[in-house]
Amino acid sequence: MSLAFAVEVAAGVKDGTVSARAVLEEHLGRIERHEGQVHAFNTVTADRARAAADAVDAAVTSGRDPGPLAGVPVALKDNLCTRGVPTTCSSRILEGWIPPYDATVVSRLQAAGAVIVGKTNLDEFAMGSSTENSAFGPTRNPHDLDRVPGGSSGGSAAAVAAGFAALGLGSDTGGSIRQPAALCGVVGAKPTYGLVSRYGLVAFASSLDQIGPFARSVADAALLLDVIAGPDPADSTSFREPPPRASERLGAGVEGLRVGIVTELTDAEGISADVVERTREAADALSAAGAKVDEVSVPAAVYGLSAYYLIAPAEASSNLARYDGVRYGLRASGSKDITDMYLRTRSAGFGAEVKRRIMLGTYALSAGYYDAYYGKAQQVRTLIIRDFETAYRDFDVLLGPTAPGTAFPLGAKTQDPLTMYLNDVCTIPSNLAGHPAISVPFGTGADGLPAGVQILAPALGEVVMFQVAAVLEAAAPDLPVPQLIRSEVAR
Amino acid sequence: MPTRISSDEVAHVARLARLSLTQEELDRFTAQLGAVLEHARDVEALDTAGVPPTAHPLPLENVFREDEAGPCLDRAEVLAQAPAVEDERFRVPRILGVTP
Repeated sequence: MSLAFAVEVAAGVKDGTVSARAVLEEHLGRIERHEGQVHAFNTVTADRARAAADAVDAAVTSGRDPGPLAGVPVALKDNLCTRGVPTTCSSRILEGWIPPYDATVVSRLQAAGAVIVGKTNLDEFAMGSSTENSAFGPTRNPHDLDRVPGGSSGGSAAAVAAGFAALGLGSDTGGSIRQPAALCGVVGAKPTYGLVSRYGLVAFASSLDQIGPFARSVADAALLLDVIAGPDPADSTSFREPPPRASERLGAGVEGLRVGIVTELTDAEGISADVVERTREAADALSAAGAKVDEVSVPAAVYGLSAYYLIAPAEASSNLARYDGVRYGLRASGSKDITDMYLRTRSAGFGAEVKRRIMLGTYALSAGYYDAYYGKAQQVRTLIIRDFETAYRDFDVLLGPTAPGTAFPLGAKTQDPLTMYLNDVCTIPSNLAGHPAISVPFGTGADGLPAGVQILAPALGEVVMFQVAAVLEAAAPDLPVPQLIRSEVAR
Repeated sequence: MPTRISSDEVAHVARLARLSLTQEELDRFTAQLGAVLEHARDVEALDTAGVPPTAHPLPLENVFREDEAGPCLDRAEVLAQAPAVEDERFRVPRILGVTP
């Protein structure tokens, strides 16, 4: 499609062939025309974006370096703190809250010359796989407005797919970047845990959460990741060493690299034949490009979903204890004492999915059940890490489907949490291991909607992961332009 | 692993988590949590004897810095986000004499 890529925008703005302001107005125009149907954003920050774009243009005019993301419009998931702009996590409990500080990734974007166009919709507190669990209503898939964009970063995925922004940031706890990327036909990556600072990311499950990029190309995703990665004294879990450069070997090809198709992912519960077929075609494309492709088993991966839905809610139940109506956000009125205030505030402020996970986590951590549930899940996590280590002795990267199928109709899975949870079956193992993974669009399902293929790499294996992703992208069939903007985007 | 979660247990867990549930919510959550926990039973099949638990993907250690005062958030800006404030402090309902 002819929507501008971030690398082109940044180059054009830097050399003065296009102004940041003109790029921004094009994107704001598209938001104006189509956002009413998509609902990708909770907040559009048009005035701030115009000021930021003008500042970039002024830097270029005066001969200063505007930064690697000069004038690139970026959409931020609304669980990233932005000083002076509401951060809601798509929850009533934080509605109207204006953070007094920026997340580290936000500061880095601004320093790099990016133009933030708004805060995107998500499943409340990043809990969900469809962006239907938002207190402000669902986001719709730009390829088919009757279908979900995936979740929980569905707003950012849809914003990038619809051309509302060239880049987006999301957070991935169990697949919340990669799964919506697959369903919306864009690139989405979860970096190695610790590569990107989580300072200012509203916590869901702290040992699993990681911020990562959405883009319309692998090169764009690498550019964004390189800007946000790196040590941060404000996050004690960020790596203190210089990060791998995701864009380092994008054109290097895959000659001689060893690629393993993970049988547990292609055989996982509920995987459609279409996406397995796309995965096989992707493997064939890598093989044709010179990679050595074979099947590999990561046996403990089949237990990932179960372990995740004990560990993530356990951490969430602890993290979400801070929403008590004391320091920020909602406080229910008419409480007779403090316990009553907690009960009323939390019951009114949290949606059903968040309550469900808080209770699941509280239960898994409670006396008498801790060993059977949480302790066991942590042991499963060890087994998954060990099995990945064994696989990476023989393979440089692993391959599998990203999501079990293509975008499903709105409302199709909302009544049955377990069915919804199964959407993350292919993405969860990387989160439990802390390893990086990227979803690249690769063809469509029988319904004509985008399908995603996932490349997994060992910890800090971003260079080889993006190297393989670039080859896959080049070999992928052309994706249809989203229905929504088909009339205005020439091919 | 324990048997299926009961509605009494769900009600108890809700109280621990400071959530109040309607009867309809209690019934719905009991069924839904039961289904998720039932699915999680598949980990029983794994022999994890002697397997150490992993709580975090990174080997963590304490991070120290010099004990020097640095910039911090502006007090007025932080308090401006609170639902109720008095004398530059967060104001809350009565705590003493309340049964938890």
